[in-house]
Amino acid sequence: MALNEKEKSCCCFTDTDILKQIAAIASKWRDRPDMLIPVLHEVQKVAGNGIPKDVAMTVSREMRVPLSRIYGVETFYAFYSTEKRGKVLIRLCKSAPCHLKGAKDVLDAFEKVLGVRAGETTPDKMFTLETCECIGACDVSPAALIDDTVYGDLKPENVSELISLLRKRA
Amino acid sequence: MEEMRVILNKAGEISPVSTKEYIDIGGYQGLKKALEAPENIIGVIKASGLRGRGGAGFPAGLKLSFTADTTADRKYIVCNADEGEPETIKDRMIMDLVPHRLFEGMAIAGIAVGADKGFIYLRAEYPYVAKTLERALADARENGCLGKNIMGSGKDFDIEIRTGAGAYICGEETALLSSIEGKRGEPRFKPPFPGVAGLWGKPTVLNNVETLANFPAILVNGAEWFRTLGTEKCPGTKLFTLSGNIAKPGVYEFPIGVTIRSLYEEAGGGCPGGKRLIAVQTGGASGNIIPASLIDTLMDIESCAAAGATFGTGDLMFMDEDCDILDVLENLTEFFAEESCGKCTPCREGTPRMLEFIGKFKNGTAKEGDLELMLELGSLMVEGSLCGLGQASPNPIFSAVRFFPEIFALKTDSKRGSC
Repeated sequence: MALNEKEKSCCCFTDTDILKQIAAIASKWRDRPDMLIPVLHEVQKVAGNGIPKDVAMTVSREMRVPLSRIYGVETFYAFYSTEKRGKVLIRLCKSAPCHLKGAKDVLDAFEKVLGVRAGETTPDKMFTLETCECIGACDVSPAALIDDTVYGDLKPENVSELISLLRKRA
Repeated sequence: MEEMRVILNKAGEISPVSTKEYIDIGGYQGLKKALEAPENIIGVIKASGLRGRGGAGFPAGLKLSFTADTTADRKYIVCNADEGEPETIKDRMIMDLVPHRLFEGMAIAGIAVGADKGFIYLRAEYPYVAKTLERALADARENGCLGKNIMGSGKDFDIEIRTGAGAYICGEETALLSSIEGKRGEPRFKPPFPGVAGLWGKPTVLNNVETLANFPAILVNGAEWFRTLGTEKCPGTKLFTLSGNIAKPGVYEFPIGVTIRSLYEEAGGGCPGGKRLIAVQTGGASGNIIPASLIDTLMDIESCAAAGATFGTGDLMFMDEDCDILDVLENLTEFFAEESCGKCTPCREGTPRMLEFIGKFKNGTAKEGDLELMLELGSLMVEGSLCGLGQASPNPIFSAVRFFPEIFALKTDSKRGSC
């Protein structure tokens, strides 16, 4: 299967060097379909926080796992995206304990500071803001998982400072 | 009642990674005993009365015996570290602070049933825990406590970590196994149970982190000792997660049978700002919501069931006077609607309909008959859903209807008077 003309010209087109890296990761687990989930995690990081179709096709070819199964898996789990996302992933917890402690106000602050709504990426491709279910940080709610780190006891008035810090670090 | 640390004994006082430091506090002694007399393990666990700590409370010794009684070329130990239940962070504490206690428990289970391989299925939301676990695993292997020929016994047992990718449903055992196999995490019909046909169809012992972390102390101190803790039907200690409107949220270990009041007042320090407590959600996001008047209920499986509360995973989420219970119900129901895997109709279609009903009661547009229809749909989900997600998701609503009927009163329309 190949990409059609429309797909080739759109933003889901992945750089050849990146596809080579992805092939190298996936080929280590040829005929090991059980490793699909860890492979997709690794591949997604390399491919810009997303698994567009050409990336999925590369994984499919190298692991010898049907593309349909990869699509099924990547759309089932919340941590995957079929589209590329920002460099920094902000996952703001909206489950009950965080909700009780004002997660909605924190979300509003993130949306205001970043100028995007939940589910969107900033125009400079730096941040993607997402809401998610419980991240297991109920002792420091409201909390967010930003890349691999938990930020707890969030307050709307501190969001701006946090974003500046993240921007500097990225 | 005083906090009592068995599972979290010395947690935070030793390096989570170091095998030597864990051995210095008596670690891997349970595994040593297990290796000396493998035939006794299941008997001791059975006699201890330990019940599963993941929510269902199934007798842990009996579960081991199902797999031990099978003959197969391969058997597996799988640790459920998916901890997706909102309001629960107890397993994270064990893995963050004393991961060797979990490894030891898994190795004991492996020796008991004849499995040489274990998997920890860790939720993707805990990437930082994965790092600790990997380092601790490497250290345990270097020190001969895991891997080939453990402790010079001639027996092998090793553990591999597999992470999920963000799906609450993968806490359900058959969905979890599918996920380890690299598939969508959809539950399947039982039987066959995983104990007989689990991972790749092989007999698999599948236990929660906290359950497995209980094994070492039971083997070291004996079943009689374990039975001196907790209640007769539910021995041992339990990790309780306190969250919501509480001064000191976090995880506290108490003997089972502690009152909710002790946890609320002594451990948690009450609602912040001198606010009045109105309700507590018990047992996790799919547990019952009870009024503050029931906080003298004992936290054990039987007392909770009798009072209309849920023991579940031992979580308590406190709600103060500023809290709108319908708003909380809406949040919880939205969670289940989002996390339903979509495989079976009662859950896939039922969860969004339940959310609609709660929305109507919240915004005042509910009509006569809506309450009855909502309860009927909820009962259908309990009876007809394939797995615990659909079966348990109406619990918060049922309990709210029972204990807070006034919030479901219909708003009268303005022509007929005030509301």
